[in-house]
Amino acid sequence: MTMQAARLPDSLGHFGIFGGRYVPETLIPALDELTAEYARAQADPDFRADLQRYFHDFVGRPTPLYYAERLTEALGGAKIYIKREDLCHTGAHKINNAIGQALLARRMNKARIIAETGAGQHGVATATACARFGLACEVYMGEEDIHRQALNVYRMKLLGAKVTCVTSGTRTLKDATSEAIRDWVTNVRTTHYIIGSVVGPHPYPMIVRDFQSIIGQETRLQIQEREGRLPDAVVACVGGGSNAMGIFYPFIEDAGVRLIGVEAAGRGIETGEHCATLTAGEPGVLHGCKSYLLQDENGQIAPSHSISAGLDYPGVGPEHSYLKQTGRAEYVSITDAEALDAFQFLAQTEGLIPALECAHGIAHLRKIVPQMSPDQIVVFNLSGRGDKDMETAARELKLSL
Amino acid sequence: MTRLTERFAALKERGEKALIVYVTVGDPSPERTVEIVLALDQAGVDVIELGIPFSDPLADGPSIQSASFRALQKGVNVACVLEAVRAIRQRSEIPLLLFTYYNPVLRYGVERFARDAAGAGADAGLLVDLTPEEAQEWITAARARSLDTVFLLAPTSTDARIEVVSRLSTGFIYCVSRTGVTGAREDVPPDVVEMVQRVRARSSLPISVGFGISRPEHVRSVGAYADGVVVGSAMVNLIAQHGDSPGVTEAARTFAEALKAATRQERSGHPA
Repeated sequence: MTMQAARLPDSLGHFGIFGGRYVPETLIPALDELTAEYARAQADPDFRADLQRYFHDFVGRPTPLYYAERLTEALGGAKIYIKREDLCHTGAHKINNAIGQALLARRMNKARIIAETGAGQHGVATATACARFGLACEVYMGEEDIHRQALNVYRMKLLGAKVTCVTSGTRTLKDATSEAIRDWVTNVRTTHYIIGSVVGPHPYPMIVRDFQSIIGQETRLQIQEREGRLPDAVVACVGGGSNAMGIFYPFIEDAGVRLIGVEAAGRGIETGEHCATLTAGEPGVLHGCKSYLLQDENGQIAPSHSISAGLDYPGVGPEHSYLKQTGRAEYVSITDAEALDAFQFLAQTEGLIPALECAHGIAHLRKIVPQMSPDQIVVFNLSGRGDKDMETAARELKLSL
Repeated sequence: MTRLTERFAALKERGEKALIVYVTVGDPSPERTVEIVLALDQAGVDVIELGIPFSDPLADGPSIQSASFRALQKGVNVACVLEAVRAIRQRSEIPLLLFTYYNPVLRYGVERFARDAAGAGADAGLLVDLTPEEAQEWITAARARSLDTVFLLAPTSTDARIEVVSRLSTGFIYCVSRTGVTGAREDVPPDVVEMVQRVRARSSLPISVGFGISRPEHVRSVGAYADGVVVGSAMVNLIAQHGDSPGVTEAARTFAEALKAATRQERSGHPA
């Protein structure tokens, strides 16, 4: 199973029963073109060298694997290492994929880029890559997210991107994604759509995973260098699931490494106000692929909620659905309140202010690490920094000037 | 032969083009949708596309998005739509094509959907985001119940793609007039004729053109080379303007009559 898992998806983009392509026919030629160009790029040593150079000189890779000594002491169980994706240029792992896809767009002679964004990190990363390569950029963002992540909106505008406010539906990432797809259907001949997570129609879940898997590849080398062995568990937060897929993927064949994805339980799974898709959803089709979904009994997509805009999405990447189904990865959930508490805890224990998305992962570490023994090792992917969340934190934690 | 195939054959004999009209079931109400469809039938509409609302209609522009939202607010689901199909079928033989996205059908059960749709009197289905690669279960279920399976082609479709879609389509082939989402527009792109010719060279099925066609003059110009013309958002907008008032049925009938007249012109016909 594990050998096969590493070779997924199949040629039609399937991870078991998940994935595939569910899009209006207009987009099929563009998806075929992207699939073919990506295959050529992978086989092209110049492309790989370019990507490595931008990763090194522009993104700041490799990011450190940091031994979190005080956190380890505080939790009193396994040793905790933190993969510092928060140190990437622009403040989150999203730039790994944005740079890779911008290079692909350049190869396909697409001069215009569109993207969707929730927390704004993917929007900022895409705006950054577009500025670097001289590409026109338009980012779709839900009205609610524009308010809760205002700082990132300023950043995107400063970088020369057009930010289009989406007022339909839930006014969050789901509707921003629908609007971006509508733009792409309309302008597909001139435009490349940089999807920000391991979601969407084939080949996106594969391409985004591959660009993000640099996180796991580095982690694997770094932990072996430091500890002479692989970790016992790898933990990451999951919205669409790109940072988790990026760190999980190089460990999939290592049966001894537990892979744990942490979803957002919002106000609690039982309240229905959450976005714990793998915990509480069922298989369905949204935004181009078959995967777990939050939906009602009529197949209508259910509204989601999370304090963290980046996790506030009713779907999840199809490969995560597959990893859940096969049991290779475990998925758990953390509430808004637990995440907020962990947000302060990490800041005050390690001097690291995590993104609210990542605070969900920290909250889960607080539950599992004390149950583990000191000779065990856990790696946590700190996929982004929390500067963008200061306004939400100040409001929720009643901080004042 | 299905009602859809019969209708296209009869029209061909008469030298007419098919007028296909889309309405979202449940906007303004399921009962009103039935009345509107019966009026459209009397006005001479040849095929009705009945939209089953979906929460995230990513191939649709603002008009049908809003109509879907209004219908969902009224609690419309697959069962309600099939109830409307049954009510229409009791009083009309007009071909009915169910038009929706895959997830509501997947959730209802693909086989169960085909069985119940055929049982209620529907004739065909078009699932906008279900690509031929993923459609095997749907095609098998639809064939077993003699439902036609309509698929889309687009201006971006390659010749190879046209062949795949032609092989799996029955009833007719639906050509999308432009890259983009549904919505009433000012004009019809000039390159549609070229797309229809490319499809014609690879398929003997009737070819219909939709997306953006909103006026009698559009129907007339597309009817010069296609076998059918789909009007969607323009009718949905008209229904939205009238809301749940008695005048809505009459307004729909009057608009449909003007559209239908444009399908009856001589090919070399008189100026409008």
